[in-house]
Amino acid sequence: MKKKFNFAFFDEGSKREIRRSILKAIAIPGYQVPFASREMPVARGWGTGGIQLTLSCIGQKDVVKVIDQGSDESVNAISIKKLITDTTDVEITTSTTDATIIQSRHRVPEEELNENQIIVLQVPTPEPLRDYEPSETKTKILHGEKEYTGAKLLLFEQIMKYNTMATGADHPVEVNNRYVMAPSPIPKFDNPKLNESKATILLGAGREKKIYAVPPYTKVISLDFEDVPFEVENFKGKSCSHCGASHVYLDEIIDQESGSVSYQCNDTSYCLKRRNGEIQ
Amino acid sequence: MSEQPIFQVKHLYKQFGPGCDFCRDEQSQTLQGNYCPKCKTVYACNDINIELYEGEILGVVGESGSGKSTLVQCLYFDQQATSGQYLLARHKEGKKNVFEETDQQKRMIRNTILGMVYQNPYLGLKMNFSSISNIAEKLIAANHQNVEQMTTIGKNLLNKVNIAEYRMKECPKNFSGGMQQRVQIAKALSNNPPILLLDEVTTGLDLSVQANVLDLIKQIQRESKVSMIVVSHDLSVIKMLADRTIVMLNGKIVESGLTDQIMEDPQHPYTQQLVYSLL
Repeated sequence: MKKKFNFAFFDEGSKREIRRSILKAIAIPGYQVPFASREMPVARGWGTGGIQLTLSCIGQKDVVKVIDQGSDESVNAISIKKLITDTTDVEITTSTTDATIIQSRHRVPEEELNENQIIVLQVPTPEPLRDYEPSETKTKILHGEKEYTGAKLLLFEQIMKYNTMATGADHPVEVNNRYVMAPSPIPKFDNPKLNESKATILLGAGREKKIYAVPPYTKVISLDFEDVPFEVENFKGKSCSHCGASHVYLDEIIDQESGSVSYQCNDTSYCLKRRNGEIQ
Repeated sequence: MSEQPIFQVKHLYKQFGPGCDFCRDEQSQTLQGNYCPKCKTVYACNDINIELYEGEILGVVGESGSGKSTLVQCLYFDQQATSGQYLLARHKEGKKNVFEETDQQKRMIRNTILGMVYQNPYLGLKMNFSSISNIAEKLIAANHQNVEQMTTIGKNLLNKVNIAEYRMKECPKNFSGGMQQRVQIAKALSNNPPILLLDEVTTGLDLSVQANVLDLIKQIQRESKVSMIVVSHDLSVIKMLADRTIVMLNGKIVESGLTDQIMEDPQHPYTQQLVYSLL
């Protein structure tokens, strides 16, 4: 650990302030709590919201896993892990089950999480109504009045243009029958995992200075219509070319030379565990 | 027309500015028009009393700055009225002052009982959403959940206002001014509101398009018996559409009566001036 930093980079006052915002976010599921987002040694938009949540919650006995687009080894994941280890010396893992804090961008891991875990999601645009209403003042009023016509209208517009709800990621959800929330750019495939999740889900937007949360065992419903129900991505008939998994979110791999298409698990640690025979 | 008004406004006041003792005490004597030179308060609506009956078209006419648009904006809750009573027969049997309702209730009333067509289509339409989505917006707000039903309603309404089916998925920003106004009218009608507010709908349109829009409004009124408040500074529009007319000047109603009566026998000097300018 580099001694020139306080434990977990922030001074204790900053961590307390962020933790207070987290507690408020947990108390009001789905509500966007404003917080004083700190300057980080990472550019805005590279996960600064998530890092601030992780660093303010982390303790010396925690075990941290960082994923970026399902991968533990991407540049962004490595950089964040390096920042965490340089300032805390906590143990880093790639195993979902061993981690107590999982910071993630774009995915919820395939393995089921438990009550002792926190998943931290990095959020670029926390406001689900932003494309409908550009004014922050007005969106706050709309949330206050539980007026979510805009969120549904965005889905209706997609149905008119593409004959289906075309939100590949960041499909809006209603939390605890109250607030509509952007679940960060996780694929639709992961939305059902948020519902009644055993783990605490924290979402942080550093650039937009917002924290929100889904406490354990909270109802999370993806928005849809009576005759156009919410559906996750369909991987029917496809399986991972490495581990054979067929019930997971898959990446499409196109061979440049032959043009052949194959599929791989997006969650690399899950795929590795299956190949090592650790899970079925 | 029924005997019970479906809509009543009593002693509506709307002022922009704090007001002062100078203008409050001797309002009529000291104001320059509807403007207080001392505290710079504008009295946009000053003791307005109106009633609207089922199937009736009420014209509101007056010069620029007379408070016509502010009046309909207060009625549609775009502006908060300073004081007054606003009773709607379709809301709690007309026993509750709508101005005192919560914001959620007002939103519900906007989405189910009222329809509004603005002078500027940019205020009434989401220009980056398709025309049919603009109509669906009101339907979703009124808790419609079925895409097919909403699409059918939207298509029927756009057909009614002569927007070709192949243009329904286009954004109104690509449309001409007249087409935008027609999409606004379709949107305002989407929930079959008993009351439609039209604020200078033909201003800025060329004569042939004006005629089309006016014919359309007339046709809608004939078919659906919707009550309307039509605001215009153009007396010929009022003459064509309205059963009854009120004339506004400096935030006050200076004359009201049957449209024909006002046209043929204007009493107030301002109305006389207005009618003679038409001739």
